[in-house]
Amino acid sequence: MSQSHPYMANSAEGSRQALLDAIGIADAEELFAQIPADHRADHNVRPVPGIASEFELRRLIEGRLRGGISTDSHISFLGGGYWKHHVPALCDEIVSRPEISTSVWGTPSSDHGRNQAWFEFASELGALLDLEFVGLPVYSWGCAAGHALRMAARMTERSVVIVPANVDRERRLVIQTYAGYPELAGSLEIREVAIDSASGTVSLASLEEVLRDDVAAVYLETPNSWGVIEHDIARIIEAAHAVGAEAIVGVDPISLGGLASPAAFGADILVGSIQPLGIHLNAGGGVGGFIATRDEERYARQFPTLQVSIAPTIVEGERAFGMTLFGQSSYGSRELGNDWTGNSVYLWAVRAAIYLALLGPAGMRELSETVAANARRTAELVAAVPGVSVRYGDRIFKEFVVDFSATGRTVADINAALLERGILGGHDLTGSHDGLDQCALYCVTEVISEDDVRQLISALEEVVQP
Amino acid sequence: MSTVRNYHAASWDEAVVYELGAPGRRGVVPPRSWAPASRDALFPDSLRRRSDADLPELAEYEVRRHFTHLSQQTMGMMGISLFGTCTMKHNPTVNEQITARSEVAAVHPRQDPSTYQGLLGIVHSLEDELRNLSGMAAFSFQPGGGADAAYLHAVVTRAYHASRGELAQRTQVVTTAQAHPCNPATAKAAGFEVITLPIEEDGYPSVDALKAVIGPHTAALMLNNPDDMGIYNPHVKEWVRIVSEAGGLCFYDHANFNGVMGRLRAAELGFDACMYMLHKTFGVPKGGNGPSVGAYGCSEELARFLPGPRVVKNGDVYDLIEPEDSVGRVREFLGNVQQLVKAYSWTRAMGTDGLREASDLSVLANNYMEKQLMALPGVTMSFAGKALPRMEMTRYSLEEYTAETGLSTVDVQNRMTDFGIDAYWLAHEPWIVPEPFTPEAGEMWSKEDLDEWIAVLAHVLEEGRRDPELVRTAPHNQVVAQIDGSGLDDPDTWAVTWAAYRRKHLEG
Repeated sequence: MSQSHPYMANSAEGSRQALLDAIGIADAEELFAQIPADHRADHNVRPVPGIASEFELRRLIEGRLRGGISTDSHISFLGGGYWKHHVPALCDEIVSRPEISTSVWGTPSSDHGRNQAWFEFASELGALLDLEFVGLPVYSWGCAAGHALRMAARMTERSVVIVPANVDRERRLVIQTYAGYPELAGSLEIREVAIDSASGTVSLASLEEVLRDDVAAVYLETPNSWGVIEHDIARIIEAAHAVGAEAIVGVDPISLGGLASPAAFGADILVGSIQPLGIHLNAGGGVGGFIATRDEERYARQFPTLQVSIAPTIVEGERAFGMTLFGQSSYGSRELGNDWTGNSVYLWAVRAAIYLALLGPAGMRELSETVAANARRTAELVAAVPGVSVRYGDRIFKEFVVDFSATGRTVADINAALLERGILGGHDLTGSHDGLDQCALYCVTEVISEDDVRQLISALEEVVQP
Repeated sequence: MSTVRNYHAASWDEAVVYELGAPGRRGVVPPRSWAPASRDALFPDSLRRRSDADLPELAEYEVRRHFTHLSQQTMGMMGISLFGTCTMKHNPTVNEQITARSEVAAVHPRQDPSTYQGLLGIVHSLEDELRNLSGMAAFSFQPGGGADAAYLHAVVTRAYHASRGELAQRTQVVTTAQAHPCNPATAKAAGFEVITLPIEEDGYPSVDALKAVIGPHTAALMLNNPDDMGIYNPHVKEWVRIVSEAGGLCFYDHANFNGVMGRLRAAELGFDACMYMLHKTFGVPKGGNGPSVGAYGCSEELARFLPGPRVVKNGDVYDLIEPEDSVGRVREFLGNVQQLVKAYSWTRAMGTDGLREASDLSVLANNYMEKQLMALPGVTMSFAGKALPRMEMTRYSLEEYTAETGLSTVDVQNRMTDFGIDAYWLAHEPWIVPEPFTPEAGEMWSKEDLDEWIAVLAHVLEEGRRDPELVRTAPHNQVVAQIDGSGLDDPDTWAVTWAAYRRKHLEG
């Protein structure tokens, strides 16, 4: 008999035999009698040996990873709705604790601590957003936007949604998926609003053209996918409301240390990413989204998410945290619920709760100011490189469009040359929108130092010189 | 049989974070900007926040202590958790350490694929392993959970029928009452009409019932097998044939793969697509509800519709591509890549023999439990005497016990937590048996753990007969007492944020 496997307690010979003896069989194979013989595919599975030794396993996996380039090994200016920020050490420590990392569902009494952390996540994020109803996280920002647009369609019983023409491709594709196909029920029609090339934000003239009384929602982002802060946010929200549409705004929570929440201007549903709140990049595995509204029944009844509410226990003065409006979720109502929910990224909610508790009100204000000041200054320095220009550099938060078209080099070439110099250049916007060929989106946060930028500038000067 | 343990959960009487700390305290201080002071304001005055966000103010140690207390006030899997339908697994620490490395944690998804070949290679190797286990041609790891994989199937189904000009006609998705709620819910969210087949006397819908609803309007069939009662529908090949001949796509929700690893492959059963939950069956931690991965596998014919980016291997180089007729995205980027590394590591640690052994042990342990649970007065099982032996799960009912004592399955579940037993799973909607409970033993838990679990259930059932009030008011040894959930759906009392709680309950 082979040795016991460390992941399977009953693979120890005696334990396995005790189970067999207790039910009076000789071989576990006897227990698979329900499956007809002609369903079995045992011999089609190619044998792969197992690795019982932790050391050998680690050597194998780490050996494959070793030498990979990352935003730690290189100076990175990559962004695009997905940003490198400092992850506080405590975020890593707490979510590594096995009670939290292995929990599954539990009860409000026995997983009380985790439920409280979820409540604190919603509370802190809500404070940043100035909104009192916050769902537990959905898969990503794009998914949050998709769900929010569908909430608005159900509330208004309309099916057209307005989406800016420059929404990042990843997110735009998700929104399109959620909008569905016109052949089927409940689909949404996406109507684009153009971007004013002078301001880099939503064109008010275009908005007027597309806004009609068939519009369920206007979606906009600030800062938007080109990094530009939407200055006309109040007017856009007002225009949406004037035709009876909901105003949905996508935000970067880091910006809200300094910028007012769009809720202050009347936005109805806020969505965005929780990734910057203490979550590692993980090659894309750090995405997570949120949906938040005012605490009004009209909105709350449309959430597809689960959420936890503070509630009393049967002991006087004691508090617990239980699921609110569970019955309207797909768990409670199958296809009659609001869209669907399921396993999501709730561990990230714990990270975000710790992050916001650590940063606090002053930390979030200072962080947003550091990020914006670093990004503005970097944009100025990049714009000073001969042949290189920056768009909307005085209205940005942490990302900006760099135009290399006058250099005669492609972004792909430039990035390859930067990579040789230890730099991950901004991501290529060529083909993403009219007028962006040989432009790149650069992201600068608090983790970019003055020396990092100096290296970027000298590398660019070398790379783009005629 | 062992006796129940003298347990009490950690209870710090921990305040909400907003009740802790004091004005001016700092946890983590962000770096100052290195930019010279500018004459221009960073943000226009009209767009500035009027006052700082109402966030807690704590010193770093206070944050650490608070969240450590919250962690200690969470049982998670640190007691005994036989949470059925979710396949509780060992989540090796080594995988957490591996994925904390920069080569995983600090990789930006917009880096050029040439810069993280090792990581992409692992994703590709995982796909190879899953292809081996399923017989499917290709996998997408983009879905952020099992439900998202079901959604992807609905989305692929749309694209497939649209490509053939048949979408306007094919508007119906067929599922069963025993399929997970995510199947009908995602089909509906994708625009389909849902037809749910009821469970019949053998424990699954009949072939005739299926035939009656399949036809030119059929877009897809979505089902699990075995189901959450441990019942295997032996006609599933015929089902797939009927749906395929009618032009529909068949999706195998392999949520209950744990009992059939190495024995069944979706491809040989004729399915067009399948789904594995890596946070269940493949050893990735659940995190209290994700980050998760619904690995969606499909046939060669459907592979061209998969979302991008997909990892492909060209010679010795891994690249990211957008499939020819891609549906686009169900979520941004490649997927929860760190979880893919954990799943790959887990799969390699197990090997195919280990996976097969895990299925053996899961089914064995379930039948071991079933024998003992069925000996407890008041416990019955769904479709008793049929579809035996059950696979890796059995669904039980406390209907008789409830009739005898007035205590519900939720009461029993709550009282069991007083002995360090994590809540068992009841059943997904709709409840086919009254007062259900669904333990799943899996391959990880020891015989002693299973014995303890059974002993606690027996103990609680006896307690309830002696002193029903004790069980009805449980738990008594937990972090907090039983929740009074009567106000949870009332807009005047619910409070999902501290601000709402303050406004509704502390002021006025």
